Order: sequence, then structure tokens, then C-alpha cells
Amino acid sequence: MDTKSNVAFKTPEPPVLEVDSSDQGPVSGEQESPGAVAAVDRMPERVAPAPAMLWLKTTGVRYGIRTLALVVAVVLWQAASTSGLHFYINFENIPAPTVVWSALITELTGQEFYLHILHSMERVAIAYGLAVVLGVLLGVAMGRSRWAEDIILPYIELLRPIPAVAWIPLAILMLPTEQASIVFITFLGALFPVVLNTVHGVEQTNSVLVRAARSLGASRTAILWHVILPGAMPSIVAGLAIGMGVAWFSLLAGEIISGQYGIGYYTWNSYTLIQYPQIIIGMLTIGGLGTLCTLLVRFACKPLLKWQAKGGRS
Amino acid sequence: MSDVAVNDNRLAVLDHSRLRAKESKSGSERGRISVRDVDIVFDTQSGPHVAVKDANLTIQPGEFVCLLGPSGCGKSTLMNTVAGFVSPSQGEVLVDGKAVTEPGPDRGMVFQQHSLFPWKTVKENVAFGPLMAGTGQNEANSIARTFLSLVGLAAFENAYPNTLSGGMQQRVGIARALANYPSVLLMDEPFGALDAQTRIMMQENLLEIWSEFRNTVVFVTHDIDEAVFLSDRIVVMSASPGRIIADIEVTLPRPREQSLLTSPDFMKLKRQCLDLIRRETLNAFQQQNKVG
Repeated sequence: MDTKSNVAFKTPEPPVLEVDSSDQGPVSGEQESPGAVAAVDRMPERVAPAPAMLWLKTTGVRYGIRTLALVVAVVLWQAASTSGLHFYINFENIPAPTVVWSALITELTGQEFYLHILHSMERVAIAYGLAVVLGVLLGVAMGRSRWAEDIILPYIELLRPIPAVAWIPLAILMLPTEQASIVFITFLGALFPVVLNTVHGVEQTNSVLVRAARSLGASRTAILWHVILPGAMPSIVAGLAIGMGVAWFSLLAGEIISGQYGIGYYTWNSYTLIQYPQIIIGMLTIGGLGTLCTLLVRFACKPLLKWQAKGGRS
Repeated sequence: MSDVAVNDNRLAVLDHSRLRAKESKSGSERGRISVRDVDIVFDTQSGPHVAVKDANLTIQPGEFVCLLGPSGCGKSTLMNTVAGFVSPSQGEVLVDGKAVTEPGPDRGMVFQQHSLFPWKTVKENVAFGPLMAGTGQNEANSIARTFLSLVGLAAFENAYPNTLSGGMQQRVGIARALANYPSVLLMDEPFGALDAQTRIMMQENLLEIWSEFRNTVVFVTHDIDEAVFLSDRIVVMSASPGRIIADIEVTLPRPREQSLLTSPDFMKLKRQCLDLIRRETLNAFQQQNKVG
């Protein structure tokens, strides 16, 4: 990348003028290099098709392979179910994808299924919202203050390995409503990844940047806001995405408590009623919703990380 | 961009800085640095380490001083006491008569590399200092644009630092430090990570910018050519413990250009510095041998 400056400075007089105009020269001359994207708006149009083709060749092909990988699994499952495979793993009672599909169509025409989804979404939203706010606050406090870390970390280390299911009895005993118990269990699941990733991000703060900010007259609050939080953001966003996955994971455990609605309840209830296709529908719905919400989190956080992309321009 | 437009831009920059210089009525009288009997001792696991010993130094307002010495001689540490990042164990450091206790916007810092805020655009980086000083967003942006044209990067105001070359990043760093109109500019091997050709161009560029501002500059380097080319005075330091061993006046005429690098006067000064540093390095070797 330094070559650009070399060229830029080769004609030193008058430097400001030459520097300015020739800095752009080499940029448009090396369109294929990733660093040149800084001058994206000055690129001639004729290079535009090249990235599109490149996308098809790399990203397009890769998504094709991913879809194919899932299709293969469905085909194998269909074959195993219809032939009643029983070789250590027993497929005799497992409904085939076609059976699950027709059951799903029936569910989608009714109202009940959507209510289950709605209730689960509501619980995840409340629990995750709380976990994000409290998790980031605790994480920043622990990352910045040794006191806070020494006081809070033992709790986190001790409680983190306890699986969501193990919390069910205490949650029922301690909290006033079923809803509160389920939200609490989901909240705990999401909290730990958010806290730990925030701590990690804050502790990674680049000390040179803190010094630079101080010498530019920044107060402690300004340093937190302009240096520490943005620097920790990649790690925090990773924590938010993991936290969302774990929230759905924990939700299922929590909804075993519930007697009314929720996709976890739906799945568990289908098992007690021996409705096998519905079990699979419930499982895949949880997987699908979890993935969708994680993608949403990543998408929503993208503007916070746009500076990481090479050549990112606002 | 046409020549005329650029020249206009440049004039605007000059007016701006002159205006500011008048506003602060002491103007060119700001930026006096006094280092008095300074010792800097660090506690390490193997006991106390004396980084700087008996440092005494007075720098006049508007002087360009290079701290020259081998790696580990404490020249950056000494400069960091002026910046306010390190407190002296003994003695005191005064800037304009006031003891330095913490970093401040009156002393602009340019670091070796990677010190721009990667999540801020080039413009936001330069506008940061004025914003922290309580300047409004619009005014801060206009100051940022002014200084970016001064270093020739006006066209890159919306780029993020990671899309710029090392030399360009350092120019943004210089613009960012100057945007606070500091009375002292502290530069810690700012061109050390650049290739030789870029470095020479950056040196010329820096001198030209400095000729507009004439603020005090303390420039840390281990490169003798760089020290002779840039400075009014070269303060030579030796290692373990870091001491000031010579204070050489550089009387080469300004403005200085690359052709100076091969002139006899330049060579003479360079030889003087080389001899000093060679003697010190030999002494250090002999001491190490005695200990070993």
C-alpha cells in the first residue's frame, strides 16, 4: 500500500497540490487490489461487472453447495424412513420428510401454531433485551474496573456451566408467574455470552488509541464512548449473536414449564401426545427461528462495524 | 482539482492558522519546554530500571528539536514526560511555566503508527480534538477539512484509516494533532515504519507544514539523516541509563529540500553525530563486556 505514497510524493513541489492529485492516480490504476476500493466512486463503470461475476463464482457457488448439503440430508432421511431402517439407529417410528411436510401445511393453515411462535418470540424478545442491556453494562464495568471484575466474575464462572434445564425447579419456586420463570431461564442463557464477550472486547482496548484520545483532550467518558466501546464492538457483536442462539436454546428448557403456549411447549407436548411429525416441526421451527434471529442481530449490528470492511465508505 | 482551486484552499488554511495565532495573543511565544533534573525510574521484576538519568533541557518556542539515540536509550520515555504519559521520578517538566501532570491538547502527539481511530473516518479522526475542546460539529468539520487539505488528503475525508497507506495514515495523524492548534507538537518516530522514499517525502512535507505554524516540535528518531535534515537542534542521548550526551545546533538554511542530503555541510553534521553515537555504543559494549 505504501507504493501509493511513493508515487504521490515523487514530485515534491508544490507538495500539497501534487500529493492530492497523484494520490488518486495510482488508485484508479490498480482497481483489482482491495485497498483501492477507497476511491470507489472514482472507478470507471467498466470494472463493475467483474465483482458481480466474482460473486457468482465464489459466494454463489458456496451457497449452492450449502443448499445441496441440506438437500442430501433430507433425501437420506426420506430413504431411511420409508424403508424403515433399523440398524442401531431406529427410523421405524420417524416420519418421513413428506409426512412432516403435509403436517406442517396443516399447522400453517390453523391459528394455534402461530400463537406458539408468537409467545416464544415475545419471551425471547424480553429476555434477550434484558440480557443485552445488563450484559453490556456488567461487561464494561468488569472490563474497566478490577473491583467490579473481582466481585462479579466468581458468580459468572460458577453459574455459567449450569444448564438451563437445571434452573427449572428454582425458577418455579422463586418467581411469581410461569411467564417470569421462562423469561428468567432464557435471560440467563443469553446473559453469559454477552457479558464475557463484552469483557473480552473491553480488555482488548488498544492503549495507543487511549493515549491518542487523552492527548487530544478527551475526558474519561469520551474515551469510553469514542475509544473503548467502538474498539470492543466486534467482540460485543459476536457475544450478541452467540447470546441470541443460546437464548433460543434455553427457551425450550423454560417452556417445558409452561402449560399453554410456546414453540418449546408445542414440541414437548407433541412428544407426550405421540405426535411425531409435530415434534420434528417444533424442532426445526426452533432451529429456524434461532438462526433467523441470529442473522437479524448480525444484520442490525452491521452499521456499527462498517469500518472493519476494507474500503468501507460511508 | 485545478491548480487554482488548490492554491485557494491553501491560502484559506494559512489565514485560518494566522487567525488562530493572533487569537492566542502570546502567539509564537507559546511552547517553551523546560526539563529540569529529570530521572525516570521504572519498577521491573528484576528491580528498578533507570530509563532516564539527569536530564536537563530547555527548548525555545518555535524550535524544532530532535531527540536522537539508539533504541532503548529513553528518548521516547523522556518525550512521554513532556506529553504527560509518564511522570518523572525526580525533577520536573514545565511547558510554558506550568508543570506537566497529565496529557493535554496543548501538546499534540503523533505516534509511530496505527494510532488513528479505525472506526472513525479520516475527517472524524481530525475533527475529534476540536470536538473534545467543545467546538460545534460544523466548526469541527470545517477545521478538519482545513487540516486535511493542508496535508493533501482532502479527497479522502470519508475514507476509513484501514483503506489508506502507511504514509497517508501518518499525514492524517499529523493533521489530527495540529487541529487542536497545539503549542508543542510531539512526534514519536512518526516515520519509522515507512519505507525510505516515503519517509523523505514525509520529512519535506512536515517541514513545509511546520513553516506555516512555527510551533515547537520535539521529534524522536534513531535516524541520523532524519535528525540532521529536520531539526534546529539535535539532542543526542545514550543508553543505559538514558542520558543527554550532546546538544548540537543545526545551522543549515531553511527551507530544506532533498538535495541538502548530499551537501558537505550536511555530511559534516552527520559525521559529528555518527562519531558521538559510535563512541557511546563502543562504551556501552565495553561496559557490557566488563559485566559479563
